Amino acid sequence: MTKKIKNLNLNFGPQHPAAHGVLRLILELDGEVVEKADPHIGLLHRGTEKLIENKTYMQAVPYFDRLDYVAPMNQEHAFALAVEKILKIDVPIRAQYIRVIFCEIGRILSHILNVTTQALDVGALTPSLWGFEERETLMTFYERASGSRLHANYFRAGGVHQDLPKGLEEDIAKFCETFPKIINDLESLLTDNRIFKQRNVDIGVVTKEDALDYSFSGVMIRGSGVPWDLRKSQPYDCYESLDFKIPVGKNGDCYDRYLCRIEEMKESVSIIKQCLSKMEKGPIKSLDGKISPPPKSEIKQSMEALIHHFKLFTEGYRVPKDEIYTAVEAPKGEFGVYLISDGSSKPYKCKIRAPGFSHLQSMDYLIKGHMLADVPAVLGSLDIVFGEVDR
Amino acid sequence: MKNLEDLEKKINSELTTKINNTEIKHNQIYIETDKEFIIDVAIFLKTNQDTKFRQLVDITVVDYPEQNQRFEVVYLFLSHEFNQRLIVKYSIAENEVIPSLTSIFPSANWMEREVFDMYGVSFKDHPDLRRILTDYGFEGHPLRKDFPLTGHSEVRYSEDQKKVISEPVKLEQNYRNFDYESPWAGTKYIKEEIENNDKKN
Repeated sequence: MTKKIKNLNLNFGPQHPAAHGVLRLILELDGEVVEKADPHIGLLHRGTEKLIENKTYMQAVPYFDRLDYVAPMNQEHAFALAVEKILKIDVPIRAQYIRVIFCEIGRILSHILNVTTQALDVGALTPSLWGFEERETLMTFYERASGSRLHANYFRAGGVHQDLPKGLEEDIAKFCETFPKIINDLESLLTDNRIFKQRNVDIGVVTKEDALDYSFSGVMIRGSGVPWDLRKSQPYDCYESLDFKIPVGKNGDCYDRYLCRIEEMKESVSIIKQCLSKMEKGPIKSLDGKISPPPKSEIKQSMEALIHHFKLFTEGYRVPKDEIYTAVEAPKGEFGVYLISDGSSKPYKCKIRAPGFSHLQSMDYLIKGHMLADVPAVLGSLDIVFGEVDR
Repeated sequence: MKNLEDLEKKINSELTTKINNTEIKHNQIYIETDKEFIIDVAIFLKTNQDTKFRQLVDITVVDYPEQNQRFEVVYLFLSHEFNQRLIVKYSIAENEVIPSLTSIFPSANWMEREVFDMYGVSFKDHPDLRRILTDYGFEGHPLRKDFPLTGHSEVRYSEDQKKVISEPVKLEQNYRNFDYESPWAGTKYIKEEIENNDKKN
């Protein structure tokens, strides 16, 4: 006698700790094997692009913090670069170093979160406790520079908002000395851990070809053996003058991506160290009064500064008619801004290209044929943050 | 091809009538084409040995409500091999259906769904054209320029009905959009005066 067996439909999320946010994943299961995955996204959609169209260029920056909220300044960087290229302004060298330092701090922030929560998803609790302590230290650096732990609003077209406070450079340097030991500790817990390897090796394998076809970027493409990093291939700010390596994976599975992230953190520490040693005193934003606001002291002395200040914070600066696509290597992959300006002080259109969006869409391809228990492992190694996927 | 100018020449000679215009700007190539040719252009860009634009970075639409051909569809391509970026564009009218690139680039799937959701542009031969970012049962296309920033409806939990309900937006204060006449460039009457003076001199 034959019995008809119906596939089971399972709702994974939107309230599930391993969904890394508000993902509703509809899984079709045959026993414990996933036949089909249909991610429903948009539960965190806030209409960022629409809002930016209604704000001046300076008011648009905080929206970028709220996209990938574990590495806020990397997103601001893409927008700042796009506006700078259209305005054709130069960024003072000190500002470039400060921006790179904070982008690399953002990368470490994001990678710690990803590596440790991925470990948590497959059953290891300790790494997250150790990792989050370091994240806290890094976020105090954010706070000391910008006044805010997460939503920094620190980068500006033409530089950064203000100079680093006294003592911050020394403290970041100290962190660079102690942090590699923490990475080693994390590695000692995970890299050769039998359970961690059983859950990650050969899970969610992406071939080179598919990584290209599915528009993967960042660790997702490097894990599959494509040596591609925008910091090297299309360098922006002062990355050209820095010496760092790009870790590349071999098998394209979750474990290789984990290894890439660990190595990238080490490289980031080395980049921060180089920046700190090369950095000199100097201006931290463009000296063009029509673009960057004057210091407070000057407003009280100079009429021109007062006018500049008033105009910048009411109307904002005007950006000539142009269109441009700029991308940065954010921790999660290629984060791009396609900006169209129309000569007014507000962007006509600002399309945000989020790496997580392309990564998540391949969920069906990645998970087909895997067990249900592999879903959190694959999802974890995709490094999804819903702020940027849903925008 | 390593060089942007060579690449531009190559594209022009291979695609000839299929493209209307090419331009190099900001170290990227901008190509204008037509709706009918986008599939051919995409296949050429992806497969040709000298271009190898293997990755479709993004698809988007720009809305120009005052134009006859209201929407401009934009495709962003990336070639890892030659480290180059390329932008392909074409204009369409409001109700036109455009070809889908999902058969050439699987990643186009969600990007096209997003365009459909945000602008209401439909794609032919798309395997699964549903809304993606907006809520279930959402009406309208939010990124169109004529869609108000506040939207049309808001949701709240109703204590009486014991469920989440949707009702028209009620604002305590209207959305205010100030128009700052810029004295930097000069207000209009000052500008006119300056121009008149220039003419006299």
